[in-house]
Amino acid sequence: MPGNPWFSWDYVTANWDAIREALVIHASLTVEAVAIAIVVSLPLAALATRVRWLAAPVVGFASTLYTIPSLALFAILAPFMGIGRAPVLLGLVLYALVVLVRTAVAALQGVDPAVLDAARGLGYGRARRFWTVELPSALPGILTGVRLATVSTVALVTVGVVVGYGGLGNLLFRGFQSFYRAEIMTATVLCLLLALVLDVLLWLLGRALTPWLRGRAA
Amino acid sequence: MNVVQEAITWLNDPLNWTGPGGVFALTREHLLMTLAAVLLASVVAIPLGVWLGHSRLGRGAAAVIVAANTTRALPTLAIIIILATAGLFGDTATVIAAAVFAFPVLLSTTFTGVRGVDPAITDAARGMGMGAGRVIGRVELPLAVPYLAAGLRTTIVQVVATIPLAALAGGGGLGQIISLGFGTQRYGQVLAGGVIVAVLCLLVDGVLALAQRAVTPSSVRAESRAAARAV
Repeated sequence: MPGNPWFSWDYVTANWDAIREALVIHASLTVEAVAIAIVVSLPLAALATRVRWLAAPVVGFASTLYTIPSLALFAILAPFMGIGRAPVLLGLVLYALVVLVRTAVAALQGVDPAVLDAARGLGYGRARRFWTVELPSALPGILTGVRLATVSTVALVTVGVVVGYGGLGNLLFRGFQSFYRAEIMTATVLCLLLALVLDVLLWLLGRALTPWLRGRAA
Repeated sequence: MNVVQEAITWLNDPLNWTGPGGVFALTREHLLMTLAAVLLASVVAIPLGVWLGHSRLGRGAAAVIVAANTTRALPTLAIIIILATAGLFGDTATVIAAAVFAFPVLLSTTFTGVRGVDPAITDAARGMGMGAGRVIGRVELPLAVPYLAAGLRTTIVQVVATIPLAALAGGGGLGQIISLGFGTQRYGQVLAGGVIVAVLCLLVDGVLALAQRAVTPSSVRAESRAAARAV
Protein backbone atom coordinates (compact mmCIF):
# COMPACT_ATOMS: atom_id res chain seq x y z
CA MET A 1 0.00 0.00 0.00
CA PRO A 2 1.85 3.09 -1.15
CA GLY A 3 1.52 6.12 1.07
CA ASN A 4 -0.67 5.58 4.08
CA PRO A 5 1.05 7.98 6.46
CA TRP A 6 0.01 8.42 10.10
CA PHE A 7 0.23 12.18 9.82
CA SER A 8 -1.08 14.00 6.79
CA TRP A 9 -1.81 17.70 6.62
CA ASP A 10 -3.52 17.16 3.27
CA TYR A 11 -6.08 14.98 4.98
CA VAL A 12 -6.79 17.71 7.53
CA THR A 13 -7.25 20.47 4.97
CA ALA A 14 -9.27 18.32 2.58
CA ASN A 15 -11.62 17.06 5.28
CA TRP A 16 -11.71 20.05 7.54
CA ASP A 17 -15.51 20.35 7.47
CA ALA A 18 -16.04 16.78 8.65
CA ILE A 19 -13.31 17.11 11.25
CA ARG A 20 -14.74 20.36 12.56
CA GLU A 21 -18.21 18.87 12.78
CA ALA A 22 -16.92 15.89 14.77
CA LEU A 23 -14.88 18.17 17.01
CA VAL A 24 -17.87 20.42 17.72
CA ILE A 25 -20.04 17.41 18.57
CA HIS A 26 -17.28 16.03 20.79
CA ALA A 27 -16.70 19.30 22.64
CA SER A 28 -20.39 20.14 23.08
CA LEU A 29 -21.19 16.63 24.37
CA THR A 30 -18.34 16.88 26.88
CA VAL A 31 -19.24 20.34 28.13
CA GLU A 32 -22.95 19.58 28.31
CA ALA A 33 -22.44 16.29 30.15
CA VAL A 34 -20.05 17.78 32.72
CA ALA A 35 -22.30 20.84 33.23
CA ILE A 36 -25.38 18.69 33.88
CA ALA A 37 -23.34 16.43 36.15
CA ILE A 38 -22.10 19.42 38.19
CA VAL A 39 -25.64 20.74 38.63
CA VAL A 40 -26.88 17.33 39.79
CA SER A 41 -23.88 16.29 41.88
CA LEU A 42 -23.47 19.34 44.10
CA PRO A 43 -26.87 19.09 45.83
CA LEU A 44 -26.36 15.32 46.16
CA ALA A 45 -22.94 15.78 47.71
CA ALA A 46 -24.18 18.56 49.99
CA LEU A 47 -27.06 16.35 51.12
CA ALA A 48 -24.71 13.40 51.67
CA THR A 49 -22.42 15.46 53.92
CA ARG A 50 -25.37 16.90 55.89
CA VAL A 51 -27.26 13.68 56.48
CA ARG A 52 -24.46 11.45 57.75
CA TRP A 53 -26.03 8.08 57.06
CA LEU A 54 -26.64 9.03 53.43
CA ALA A 55 -22.94 9.46 52.63
CA ALA A 56 -22.03 5.76 52.55
CA PRO A 57 -24.93 4.65 50.30
CA VAL A 58 -24.53 7.62 47.92
CA VAL A 59 -20.78 7.03 47.49
CA GLY A 60 -21.32 3.27 47.36
CA PHE A 61 -23.94 3.59 44.64
CA ALA A 62 -21.69 5.95 42.67
CA SER A 63 -18.78 3.48 42.92
CA THR A 64 -20.99 0.61 41.80
CA LEU A 65 -22.17 2.60 38.80
CA TYR A 66 -18.57 3.42 37.93
CA THR A 67 -17.62 -0.25 37.72
CA ILE A 68 -20.13 -0.76 34.91
CA PRO A 69 -18.17 -0.56 31.63
CA SER A 70 -19.04 2.24 29.23
CA LEU A 71 -19.67 -0.17 26.36
CA ALA A 72 -22.05 -2.14 28.58
CA LEU A 73 -23.82 1.01 29.73
CA PHE A 74 -24.35 2.23 26.17
CA ALA A 75 -25.44 -1.31 25.30
CA ILE A 76 -27.99 -1.23 28.10
CA LEU A 77 -29.24 2.29 27.28
CA ALA A 78 -29.36 2.04 23.48
CA PRO A 79 -32.22 -0.48 23.21
CA PHE A 80 -34.42 1.79 25.32
CA MET A 81 -33.38 5.22 24.10
CA GLY A 82 -32.59 4.44 20.50
CA ILE A 83 -29.50 5.39 18.56
CA GLY A 84 -28.00 8.86 18.65
CA ARG A 85 -27.25 11.71 21.01
CA ALA A 86 -29.57 10.89 23.93
CA PRO A 87 -28.05 7.59 25.17
CA VAL A 88 -24.51 8.95 24.77
CA LEU A 89 -25.29 12.10 26.71
CA LEU A 90 -27.06 10.19 29.49
CA GLY A 91 -24.15 7.72 29.74
CA LEU A 92 -21.59 10.52 29.90
CA VAL A 93 -23.61 12.39 32.54
CA LEU A 94 -23.80 9.24 34.68
CA TYR A 95 -20.03 8.65 34.60
CA ALA A 96 -19.18 12.31 35.19
CA LEU A 97 -21.72 12.34 38.01
CA VAL A 98 -20.02 9.39 39.68
CA VAL A 99 -16.61 11.06 39.62
CA LEU A 100 -18.02 14.39 40.78
CA VAL A 101 -20.14 13.00 43.62
CA ARG A 102 -17.20 11.06 45.04
CA THR A 103 -14.76 13.97 44.90
CA ALA A 104 -17.34 16.54 46.07
CA VAL A 105 -18.31 14.42 49.08
CA ALA A 106 -14.64 13.98 49.96
CA ALA A 107 -14.00 17.70 49.51
CA LEU A 108 -16.99 18.78 51.61
CA GLN A 109 -16.17 16.25 54.34
CA GLY A 110 -12.62 17.56 54.35
CA VAL A 111 -13.66 21.08 55.32
CA ASP A 112 -12.16 21.91 58.72
CA PRO A 113 -14.99 21.61 61.30
CA ALA A 114 -13.36 24.42 63.31
CA VAL A 115 -13.92 26.79 60.37
CA LEU A 116 -17.59 25.79 60.22
CA ASP A 117 -17.87 26.24 63.98
CA ALA A 118 -16.36 29.68 63.71
CA ALA A 119 -18.89 30.61 61.03
CA ARG A 120 -21.70 29.35 63.24
CA GLY A 121 -20.27 31.37 66.13
CA LEU A 122 -20.35 34.46 63.95
CA GLY A 123 -24.07 33.95 63.55
CA TYR A 124 -24.11 32.54 60.01
CA GLY A 125 -27.29 30.69 59.10
CA ARG A 126 -27.22 27.29 57.40
CA ALA A 127 -27.58 28.58 53.85
CA ARG A 128 -25.13 31.43 54.26
CA ARG A 129 -22.59 29.16 55.89
CA PHE A 130 -22.85 26.71 53.01
CA TRP A 131 -22.50 29.28 50.23
CA THR A 132 -19.88 31.58 51.80
CA VAL A 133 -17.78 29.21 53.91
CA GLU A 134 -18.28 25.52 53.21
CA LEU A 135 -18.47 25.63 49.41
CA PRO A 136 -15.48 27.96 48.91
CA SER A 137 -13.39 25.85 51.31
CA ALA A 138 -14.24 22.70 49.37
CA LEU A 139 -13.81 24.39 45.99
CA PRO A 140 -10.25 23.21 45.24
CA GLY A 141 -11.26 19.58 45.80
CA ILE A 142 -14.44 20.01 43.77
CA LEU A 143 -12.51 21.60 40.91
CA THR A 144 -10.03 18.72 40.89
CA GLY A 145 -13.03 16.44 40.46
CA VAL A 146 -14.41 18.59 37.63
CA ARG A 147 -11.07 18.45 35.83
CA LEU A 148 -10.84 14.68 36.24
CA ALA A 149 -14.43 14.25 35.07
CA THR A 150 -13.86 16.49 32.03
CA VAL A 151 -10.70 14.72 30.90
CA SER A 152 -12.22 11.28 31.26
CA THR A 153 -15.42 12.40 29.53
CA VAL A 154 -13.41 13.53 26.50
CA ALA A 155 -11.96 10.04 26.25
CA LEU A 156 -15.31 8.39 26.90
CA VAL A 157 -17.23 10.23 24.16
CA THR A 158 -15.39 8.12 21.57
CA VAL A 159 -17.16 4.99 22.83
CA GLY A 160 -20.41 6.64 21.73
CA VAL A 161 -19.51 5.41 18.25
CA VAL A 162 -21.30 2.14 19.07
CA VAL A 163 -24.57 4.04 18.98
CA GLY A 164 -23.43 6.08 16.00
CA TYR A 165 -22.71 9.26 17.94
CA GLY A 166 -19.12 9.42 19.14
CA GLY A 167 -17.83 12.76 17.88
CA LEU A 168 -14.17 12.16 17.07
CA GLY A 169 -14.83 8.48 17.81
CA ASN A 170 -16.79 8.33 14.55
CA LEU A 171 -13.69 9.49 12.67
CA LEU A 172 -11.58 6.94 14.56
CA PHE A 173 -13.89 4.12 13.64
CA ARG A 174 -14.36 5.18 10.04
CA GLY A 175 -10.59 5.41 9.72
CA PHE A 176 -10.30 1.91 11.17
CA GLN A 177 -12.82 0.48 8.74
CA SER A 178 -11.13 2.04 5.72
CA PHE A 179 -7.59 1.57 7.09
CA TYR A 180 -6.96 5.30 6.80
CA ARG A 181 -4.14 6.04 9.22
CA ALA A 182 -4.19 9.84 8.90
CA GLU A 183 -7.86 9.91 9.90
CA ILE A 184 -7.23 7.76 12.99
CA MET A 185 -4.20 9.74 14.11
CA THR A 186 -5.87 13.11 13.53
CA ALA A 187 -8.87 12.09 15.63
CA THR A 188 -6.64 10.77 18.41
CA VAL A 189 -4.48 13.89 18.52
CA LEU A 190 -7.57 16.11 18.51
CA CYS A 191 -8.99 14.15 21.47
CA LEU A 192 -5.81 14.76 23.44
CA LEU A 193 -5.72 18.44 22.44
CA LEU A 194 -9.36 18.93 23.37
CA ALA A 195 -8.74 17.36 26.78
CA LEU A 196 -5.65 19.49 27.28
CA VAL A 197 -7.40 22.73 26.29
CA LEU A 198 -10.40 22.04 28.53
CA ASP A 199 -8.09 21.06 31.39
CA VAL A 200 -6.08 24.27 31.09
CA LEU A 201 -9.27 26.35 30.90
CA LEU A 202 -10.59 24.70 34.06
CA TRP A 203 -7.25 25.23 35.78
CA LEU A 204 -7.41 28.94 34.91
CA LEU A 205 -11.02 29.08 36.10
CA GLY A 206 -9.94 27.42 39.34
CA ARG A 207 -7.19 29.99 39.85
CA ALA A 208 -9.64 32.82 39.18
CA LEU A 209 -12.20 31.36 41.61
CA THR A 210 -9.73 30.69 44.45
CA PRO A 211 -7.59 33.83 44.64
CA TRP A 212 -6.72 33.11 48.28
CA LEU A 213 -4.71 30.01 47.30
CA ARG A 214 -2.50 31.79 44.82
CA GLY A 215 0.22 32.85 47.23
CA ARG A 216 0.76 29.29 48.47
CA ALA A 217 3.17 26.83 46.95
CA ALA A 218 1.35 25.21 44.05
CA MET B 1 -40.40 -4.28 26.48
CA ASN B 2 -39.59 -6.45 23.52
CA VAL B 3 -35.87 -5.93 23.98
CA VAL B 4 -35.95 -7.17 27.56
CA GLN B 5 -37.76 -10.32 26.49
CA GLU B 6 -35.23 -10.88 23.73
CA ALA B 7 -32.42 -10.41 26.24
CA ILE B 8 -33.99 -12.90 28.65
CA THR B 9 -34.47 -15.38 25.82
CA TRP B 10 -30.82 -14.95 24.84
CA LEU B 11 -29.67 -15.45 28.42
CA ASN B 12 -31.84 -18.55 28.76
CA ASP B 13 -30.40 -20.27 25.71
CA PRO B 14 -27.80 -22.76 26.99
CA LEU B 15 -26.06 -22.71 23.60
CA ASN B 16 -25.06 -19.09 24.26
CA TRP B 17 -23.26 -20.13 27.45
CA THR B 18 -21.30 -23.23 26.50
CA GLY B 19 -19.07 -24.03 23.57
CA PRO B 20 -16.07 -22.21 22.15
CA GLY B 21 -17.85 -18.85 21.64
CA GLY B 22 -20.03 -19.15 24.73
CA VAL B 23 -20.17 -16.86 27.73
CA PHE B 24 -18.00 -19.15 29.86
CA ALA B 25 -15.23 -19.39 27.28
CA LEU B 26 -15.35 -15.65 26.63
CA THR B 27 -15.24 -14.88 30.36
CA ARG B 28 -12.16 -17.07 30.74
CA GLU B 29 -10.51 -15.27 27.84
CA HIS B 30 -11.58 -11.93 29.28
CA LEU B 31 -10.07 -12.64 32.69
CA LEU B 32 -6.84 -14.02 31.20
CA MET B 33 -6.40 -10.85 29.14
CA THR B 34 -7.09 -8.78 32.27
CA LEU B 35 -4.42 -10.70 34.19
CA ALA B 36 -1.88 -10.23 31.40
CA ALA B 37 -2.59 -6.50 31.09
CA VAL B 38 -2.43 -5.85 34.83
CA LEU B 39 0.81 -7.86 35.17
CA LEU B 40 2.34 -5.97 32.25
CA ALA B 41 1.39 -2.60 33.73
CA SER B 42 2.48 -3.60 37.27
CA VAL B 43 5.93 -4.70 36.18
CA VAL B 44 6.66 -1.16 35.01
CA ALA B 45 4.38 1.04 37.12
CA ILE B 46 4.95 -0.40 40.61
CA PRO B 47 8.79 -0.28 40.62
CA LEU B 48 8.69 3.18 39.02
CA GLY B 49 6.13 4.41 41.53
CA VAL B 50 8.12 2.95 44.44
CA TRP B 51 11.32 4.54 43.18
CA LEU B 52 9.72 7.95 42.61
CA GLY B 53 8.04 7.84 46.01
CA HIS B 54 11.17 6.57 47.76
CA SER B 55 13.58 9.08 46.25
CA ARG B 56 11.29 12.02 47.02
CA LEU B 57 12.37 13.93 43.96
CA GLY B 58 9.69 16.54 44.53
CA ARG B 59 8.84 18.45 41.39
CA GLY B 60 10.30 15.93 38.96
CA ALA B 61 8.20 13.14 40.41
CA ALA B 62 5.10 15.33 40.40
CA ALA B 63 5.67 16.03 36.71
CA VAL B 64 5.84 12.30 35.93
CA ILE B 65 2.55 11.75 37.74
CA VAL B 66 0.87 14.66 35.93
CA ALA B 67 2.13 13.34 32.60
CA ALA B 68 0.86 9.87 33.43
CA ASN B 69 -2.52 11.28 34.40
CA THR B 70 -2.83 13.17 31.13
CA THR B 71 -2.72 9.84 29.31
CA ARG B 72 -6.16 9.20 30.83
CA ALA B 73 -7.45 11.53 28.14
CA LEU B 74 -6.09 9.16 25.51
CA PRO B 75 -9.11 7.10 24.50
CA THR B 76 -8.49 3.38 24.89
CA LEU B 77 -10.50 2.91 21.73
CA ALA B 78 -7.92 5.05 19.91
CA ILE B 79 -5.01 2.95 21.23
CA ILE B 80 -6.74 -0.27 20.20
CA ILE B 81 -7.54 1.08 16.74
CA ILE B 82 -4.05 2.51 16.23
CA LEU B 83 -2.48 -0.82 17.20
CA ALA B 84 -4.88 -2.67 14.91
CA THR B 85 -4.12 -0.39 11.99
CA ALA B 86 -0.41 -0.73 12.65
CA GLY B 87 -0.89 -4.45 12.02
CA LEU B 88 -1.30 -5.67 15.59
CA PHE B 89 -4.73 -7.25 15.78
CA GLY B 90 -6.47 -9.30 18.40
CA ASP B 91 -5.67 -10.17 21.97
CA THR B 92 -2.09 -8.88 22.09
CA ALA B 93 -3.22 -5.43 21.02
CA THR B 94 -6.02 -5.54 23.59
CA VAL B 95 -3.61 -6.46 26.37
CA ILE B 96 -1.20 -3.66 25.42
CA ALA B 97 -3.98 -1.07 25.21
CA ALA B 98 -5.41 -2.14 28.57
CA ALA B 99 -1.93 -2.05 30.10
CA VAL B 100 -1.42 1.51 28.84
CA PHE B 101 -4.75 2.37 30.41
CA ALA B 102 -3.85 0.71 33.73
CA PHE B 103 -0.40 2.28 33.97
CA PRO B 104 -1.23 5.80 35.27
CA VAL B 105 -3.65 4.52 37.92
CA LEU B 106 -1.09 2.06 39.30
CA LEU B 107 1.75 4.55 39.10
CA SER B 108 -0.03 7.31 40.97
CA THR B 109 -1.42 5.06 43.73
CA THR B 110 1.96 3.39 44.30
CA PHE B 111 3.67 6.76 44.34
CA THR B 112 1.12 8.26 46.74
CA GLY B 113 1.36 5.24 49.04
CA VAL B 114 5.16 5.16 49.29
CA ARG B 115 5.44 8.91 49.45
CA GLY B 116 2.82 9.07 52.20
CA VAL B 117 5.02 7.07 54.57
CA ASP B 118 6.05 9.27 57.50
CA PRO B 119 9.63 10.47 56.82
CA ALA B 120 10.36 10.04 60.54
CA ILE B 121 9.78 6.28 60.13
CA THR B 122 12.12 5.93 57.15
CA ASP B 123 14.67 8.09 58.98
CA ALA B 124 14.48 5.78 61.95
CA ALA B 125 14.92 2.76 59.67
CA ARG B 126 17.97 4.35 58.10
CA GLY B 127 19.28 5.23 61.55
CA MET B 128 19.04 1.55 62.48
CA GLY B 129 21.40 0.83 59.61
CA MET B 130 18.98 -0.31 56.94
CA GLY B 131 20.06 0.16 53.33
CA ALA B 132 17.82 1.55 50.64
CA GLY B 133 16.64 -1.91 49.58
CA ARG B 134 15.62 -2.89 53.10
CA VAL B 135 13.97 0.46 53.77
CA ILE B 136 11.84 -0.09 50.69
CA GLY B 137 11.16 -3.78 51.26
CA ARG B 138 10.69 -3.86 55.02
CA VAL B 139 9.30 -0.41 55.81
CA GLU B 140 7.89 1.58 52.91
CA LEU B 141 6.17 -1.21 50.97
CA PRO B 142 4.37 -2.76 53.97
CA LEU B 143 3.14 0.67 55.03
CA ALA B 144 2.00 1.43 51.48
CA VAL B 145 -0.03 -1.80 51.23
CA PRO B 146 -3.42 -0.10 51.73
CA TYR B 147 -2.75 2.22 48.79
CA LEU B 148 -1.27 -0.54 46.66
CA ALA B 149 -4.22 -2.83 47.33
CA ALA B 150 -6.76 -0.09 46.65
CA GLY B 151 -4.89 0.91 43.49
CA LEU B 152 -4.69 -2.66 42.22
CA ARG B 153 -8.38 -3.21 42.90
CA THR B 154 -9.37 -0.05 41.02
CA THR B 155 -7.01 -0.93 38.17
CA ILE B 156 -8.20 -4.51 37.77
CA VAL B 157 -11.87 -3.54 37.78
CA GLN B 158 -11.23 -0.78 35.24
CA VAL B 159 -9.29 -3.15 32.99
CA VAL B 160 -12.10 -5.72 33.12
CA ALA B 161 -14.41 -2.86 32.14
CA THR B 162 -12.16 -1.60 29.33
CA ILE B 163 -11.38 -4.86 27.54
CA PRO B 164 -14.88 -5.10 25.98
CA LEU B 165 -13.93 -2.11 23.80
CA ALA B 166 -11.42 -4.30 22.03
CA ALA B 167 -14.26 -6.24 20.46
CA LEU B 168 -15.07 -3.17 18.37
CA ALA B 169 -11.74 -3.66 16.63
CA GLY B 170 -11.97 -7.42 16.37
CA GLY B 171 -10.51 -8.39 19.74
CA GLY B 172 -11.75 -11.16 22.01
CA GLY B 173 -13.47 -11.27 25.36
CA LEU B 174 -17.04 -10.64 26.43
CA GLY B 175 -17.31 -7.47 24.34
CA GLN B 176 -17.83 -9.74 21.34
CA ILE B 177 -21.38 -10.43 22.46
CA ILE B 178 -22.17 -6.70 22.49
CA SER B 179 -20.37 -5.78 19.30
CA LEU B 180 -21.90 -8.73 17.44
CA GLY B 181 -25.32 -7.65 18.70
CA PHE B 182 -24.83 -4.08 17.51
CA GLY B 183 -23.52 -5.35 14.17
CA THR B 184 -26.56 -7.54 13.57
CA GLN B 185 -28.97 -5.07 15.22
CA ARG B 186 -30.07 -7.66 17.77
CA TYR B 187 -30.53 -5.32 20.69
CA GLY B 188 -31.70 -8.08 23.00
CA GLN B 189 -28.26 -9.64 22.64
CA VAL B 190 -26.66 -6.21 23.16
CA LEU B 191 -28.59 -5.80 26.40
CA ALA B 192 -27.74 -9.33 27.54
CA GLY B 193 -24.05 -8.74 26.82
CA GLY B 194 -24.11 -5.42 28.64
CA VAL B 195 -25.66 -7.04 31.70
CA ILE B 196 -23.15 -9.92 31.66
CA VAL B 197 -20.16 -7.56 31.48
CA ALA B 198 -21.61 -5.33 34.21
CA VAL B 199 -22.22 -8.32 36.49
CA LEU B 200 -18.69 -9.63 35.88
CA CYS B 201 -17.25 -6.24 36.86
CA LEU B 202 -19.31 -6.10 40.04
CA LEU B 203 -18.32 -9.68 40.94
CA VAL B 204 -14.62 -8.98 40.36
CA ASP B 205 -14.89 -5.81 42.43
CA GLY B 206 -16.59 -7.72 45.25
CA VAL B 207 -13.98 -10.50 45.29
CA LEU B 208 -11.16 -7.95 45.23
CA ALA B 209 -12.77 -6.00 48.07
CA LEU B 210 -12.50 -9.16 50.19
CA ALA B 211 -8.90 -9.75 49.05
CA GLN B 212 -8.03 -6.15 49.84
CA ARG B 213 -9.37 -6.62 53.37
CA ALA B 214 -7.42 -9.84 53.76
CA VAL B 215 -4.02 -8.43 52.77
CA THR B 216 -4.35 -5.22 54.78
CA PRO B 217 -3.05 -5.58 58.33
CA SER B 218 -5.77 -4.66 60.81
CA SER B 219 -3.58 -1.92 62.28
CA VAL B 220 -3.60 0.02 59.03
CA ARG B 221 -7.13 -0.89 58.03
CA ALA B 222 -8.58 2.40 59.21
CA GLU B 223 -6.10 4.22 57.01
CA SER B 224 -6.90 1.89 54.15
CA ARG B 225 -10.45 3.13 54.15
CA ALA B 226 -9.21 6.67 53.68
CA ALA B 227 -6.86 5.44 50.95
CA ALA B 228 -9.64 3.65 49.12
CA ARG B 229 -11.67 6.80 49.20
CA ALA B 230 -8.80 8.89 47.87
CA VAL B 231 -8.13 6.62 44.91
